[in-house]
Order: sequence, then structure tokens, then C-alpha cells
Amino acid sequence: MALIEIKKLGKIYDGGENETRALSGVDLMIERGDFVAVMGPSGSGKSTLLHILGFLDDYTSGQYLFDGQEVSKYSPEEVARLRNQKFGFVFQAFNLLPRTSVLENIKMPLVYSDVPEKEWNNLARQAIEAVSLTHRAFHEPSQLSGGEKQRVAIARALVNNPEVIFADEPTGNLDSKSGKAVMDIIWQLNTQQKKTVILITHETYTTEHARRVIHLLDGEIESVQLVANRRGEGNFEK
Amino acid sequence: MFVKYSLKTASKGLQTNRSRSLLTILGIVIGITAIMLVISLGRGAQDLILNQIQSIGSKTIVVVPGRHPTGISDSLSTFTDSIKNKDVEDLKKKSNVPHLTRIMPIVFGPVVATKGNKINQTTVFGVNNFFAEIYNIYPEDGRLFMDEEVVSKSAVVIIGSKVKDELFEPGEVALGQKIRVKNQTLRIVGVLPNKGQFSFISFDNSLIMPYTTAQQYIFGIKYFNRLVIETDTEANIAATVADIETTLRNNHNITDPDKDDFFVETQAQAMEMVSTITNALTLFLAAVAAISLVVGGVGIMNIMLVSVTERTREIGLRKAVGATNRSILTQFLLESVMLTSIGGVVGIVLGTGLSFVISLILSKFVGLDWAFSFPIMAVFLGLGVSGAVGLVFGIYPARQAARKSPMEALRYE
Repeated sequence: MALIEIKKLGKIYDGGENETRALSGVDLMIERGDFVAVMGPSGSGKSTLLHILGFLDDYTSGQYLFDGQEVSKYSPEEVARLRNQKFGFVFQAFNLLPRTSVLENIKMPLVYSDVPEKEWNNLARQAIEAVSLTHRAFHEPSQLSGGEKQRVAIARALVNNPEVIFADEPTGNLDSKSGKAVMDIIWQLNTQQKKTVILITHETYTTEHARRVIHLLDGEIESVQLVANRRGEGNFEK
Repeated sequence: MFVKYSLKTASKGLQTNRSRSLLTILGIVIGITAIMLVISLGRGAQDLILNQIQSIGSKTIVVVPGRHPTGISDSLSTFTDSIKNKDVEDLKKKSNVPHLTRIMPIVFGPVVATKGNKINQTTVFGVNNFFAEIYNIYPEDGRLFMDEEVVSKSAVVIIGSKVKDELFEPGEVALGQKIRVKNQTLRIVGVLPNKGQFSFISFDNSLIMPYTTAQQYIFGIKYFNRLVIETDTEANIAATVADIETTLRNNHNITDPDKDDFFVETQAQAMEMVSTITNALTLFLAAVAAISLVVGGVGIMNIMLVSVTERTREIGLRKAVGATNRSILTQFLLESVMLTSIGGVVGIVLGTGLSFVISLILSKFVGLDWAFSFPIMAVFLGLGVSGAVGLVFGIYPARQAARKSPMEALRYE
């Protein structure tokens, strides 16, 4: 069974008289361990798609099955719990809490989990090690470079050991060198830890890490492209 | 676990916006300070008055002529001539009122006293020597009058300190001098010490003389305005009240108690009445002070709304990593409750401190027998009320925070 399956998914933003059709009739299947990059011009609906897939927004038509379950049937509490346990989010704008240490930032998802407090430090340290920022544990976000901030955000997304990493233009605010370092980490999460990755991106260089690239245009899937020369694998075949 | 984390987050938030937090809680601080002050001082005033009443003696009973007044406007009903000398003589009989130990008739009224060309508007109290003991006031110069002087209607007088100031030059010896009241010449045998104008019972502007003298030479009456009766023990007060009523009804040929031309008051009743009045006053003042808490609460609500808007992205992020609406609501509620509770604690400390200082001033510089009262109940009240203000005025901003859609919150610029 596919981890994520959407059928004829549609989303209309109701702005009174001028409603906006953000997505219409999108079909997509994502297996466990997949790495999907979503591309498209701004306004194409890629952010909306990611928000719906990450339970951050609701859809207005069609079906979304997560792990075989219809998502619209979940209660708000169940949705929050699934976000906490199954998903990790990385945003373009980092979204770290100011005046709060790196370690405390990384712990934040644990606060809303069932993990006992005595394990928080340990888990946060493992996550921070995974992004090679142990030496920055007690710094505050304002003392970090952009690349470091994004690595903290990735550590925060990892700390609950989620199944899916949603990355919304994670390299959008970074120079190409830091961007590559961030993509390296995301790529490793997919290849070594078998995390499912759903990535929204503008930069074509980031797509070489993905197995598939989905091009969206005006709320519809324009094309799906298998990445021919995936980094470290050569041709991807299934 | 979550509560602990939220408290930590909240205190960090308050620290980063320190001056804003301080200004925000100022309203709560003022409100709680005012409430603490009112309750503490109200209790102090009540104790002061109750102590003064108690000092008159819990074994004393007062007989007032006339029927029981139905209100302030009816108090003239007590100016009647129903209590006469025969009543006093009959009450003194062991067969009538066995537990009576002493009795003091009182006549009083306003008079003008003169000394040379000096005039003073004052009040005459015609009493006997029981007076000094009951009201705990003894002449600082001279003496009390003697029992023979009461019997012989001697023209002697003990004057209050203010009367002395009005009628005599500073430093002049009043003792032994003569003053005139209603064409009678009275010889001063004693001068009372100054008790201060704040005292509940003050004889500073009074002339104290034998009641026989006051009856015959000053007022020209045959009746009494009050009888003060002392019983042997406190336990016998109720029985004595009944005995007094029976004796007086017999004397006055009254069969129906509703037609009584006198009534009997005990100290317990007087104290109960004073307590009721001061409690009501304290409650009223505290309620007025509580208005500032509402104003403070609106300030809290305002600043929490600003905080919720400022932290929209944080709310979005927290929801994205798994916070439920409930946990967001709890976080912001805890924050506002924490704000107001800090204000409450500061207010309690400030109010208690101020009350202590005022008590000190009243007792040291004004000369009142005022004791600082630390109302432990008011502390809990202050804590409870300030916390409740945080809850009531925090719920709206917290709900605004909890209702934000995570996606829109994350996009917020």
C-alpha cells in the first residue's frame, strides 16, 4: 500500500466572489522511501500541495489516503498527533524561535509528543549530531549562518524520527554552497535512513537528488519525470 | 510536563519584553495593592473600634430610654423621660437584679461654658465615679469626684483637654479655677488627658460632673439619658437583661413588651453592629478597588492580542510540529495567568507593606491604638483574583491563537 495516495485532489480558496482554484484533479502516489521533487512557477499550486500532504491545510475535493486512511476523517487531535509523529517540516524561512538555543529549538516537537522528558536531551543531541552542529548546541539562531539555521531546522524535523520529511524550498534563502550542504543532508536522510522526502524547489540542481520530479502548472500536474542520473545511483528503475 | 514547558516558555517571553511586561502588569499591581490596603486597613479600623468597645467592658449593659429607634431619623425617640431615679433604686435591689454589681446613671447634653470672656461649646456628661473605670480615662491633673460629692450635688467638674485649651491661656493652671455653665459656677477638680480626635470615644471636649449636679443645676431634669449596668460575670448578662426588663416593666406598668418605653443594649450587640458596618464598608471599598482590576485585565488582553499577532509564525510552527489547538490555548492562557499572578504577588507585597507603614504612622504619629493587621485571607483572595483576571482576560487572545490555521500562520509576514 502506498504511503500517500491522492485522487482527483482539488483545492479552492474561497475569497468571496473571486475564488481561486489552487489545485484541480491532482493524482499522485508516493511510496515509502520515495524522494519526490515538486517544481513549478509561483502560483502553480506546489506549496498548496505540500501543505495538504503535510496536513497543514485541508482540501476541498477528491481523496487523500495516508497509510490507506482517508485524511478528512481524522479528528483535529489525530491530525496534530500524526504531524507530530510521522512528519518533519523544513521551511524556506527556517522558522526557528528567536532567543532560544539551538538545542531548545530542536526539542520543540518532543514537547508535543509522548516521549518522556528525560529522553529529550538525548534525542535532541542525536539530531544535532546528524546535521553536524554539535558545537553550536547552545548558540542562538541569530548567531548562526543561513546554512546552519537550515541544518538546525532539519535537526528539528528529525528529532521525532518521522516517516516523511516535507521540505518547502529549503535552499531558497541560501547561497549555493550552503544549499548543497543542506541538500546533502536531505539526500542522506532518504538514501541511508529511508525517509520519504517531498521537496518543493526552484533550483534544478536540487532535483538531482530526487527519484521523480513533478512539474505543476496552474494547479495541475504537467509532467512527471523520472530522474535519469540520480546522484549515487545512476538510472532509477522500479 | 507540558505545563512546565509552557511556564518556561512564558517566563522567557516575559523576560525578553521586560519593560512591556512590567507596564502591562501595573494595572493588576495597583488593583491588588488597593484591595490589600483596603482590607488590611479596614480590619485594623475594625479592631480599633472593637477594642474600644470591649474596653468599656463585656460585662456592661446599657439601658436606653424610649422605644428602640427604627432608624437614624427616629433616634429622637430615645429623648424621653421614662428612666427615673426610682428605676435606678429598684435596679440596685438584689431581689430585683441579683447579678448587678454597679450602676451608673448618665445625663448628657450640649452646653456653653464660659471663663471670663472666653466661650466654649461643649457637652456635659453627668456620671458617677464608675465612669473613669468604664471608659478607662483618669484625670492627668487633679482627681475624680468623691461619692459624697455625687450625693451632695457638689458644683465640681472635670474638664476635657480641649475645654482647657479653649478656656485657659497656654500654661495656665486650670485646676482649682472656676468656670460658668448656665449661670452655675463650677470648680475644676480634674483635667483629662488628650485622647486625640481619632479616638472612637473621646471626652476631649466634655465637662464631666456628678449626675446629680447635672440633673439639678445644669439641665433641670429628673430623668436619665442612659443607665450603664455592670454584671458580676459575662455568663449572667442574658439573665441580667431579663431581670432589668422585668423590673422596669413593673415600675412602668408595662405588660406588653412591644410597648416598652426603654430598651437594653449589650456590648455584644454593639460589637456585632460595628462589625457589620465596618465589614460592609470594607467590602464596598474593595469592590471600588476591584474596578482597577478590570482596567488592568483589559490591558492584559490588549497586550496578549499583540503578542499573539507577533508570534503568529511561532504558532504556525508549533502546530506544524504537532501542537494541538488545546496546547496552544494552554500556552497562551498560562502566559496571561502568569503575568497577572506576578502582578498579584507584587500587589500583595506592596499592599501589605503600605498598610504596615500606614499602621505605623497611625500608631506612632497620630497616637491611635492601631495595630497592623495582616489578613491572610486577603492574600489568598489577591492571588485568586489576580489569577482569575488572567484567565478571564487571557481566554480571548488564547483562543485567537489556538484558532489560527497552521498554513496561514506559517505564511504570515
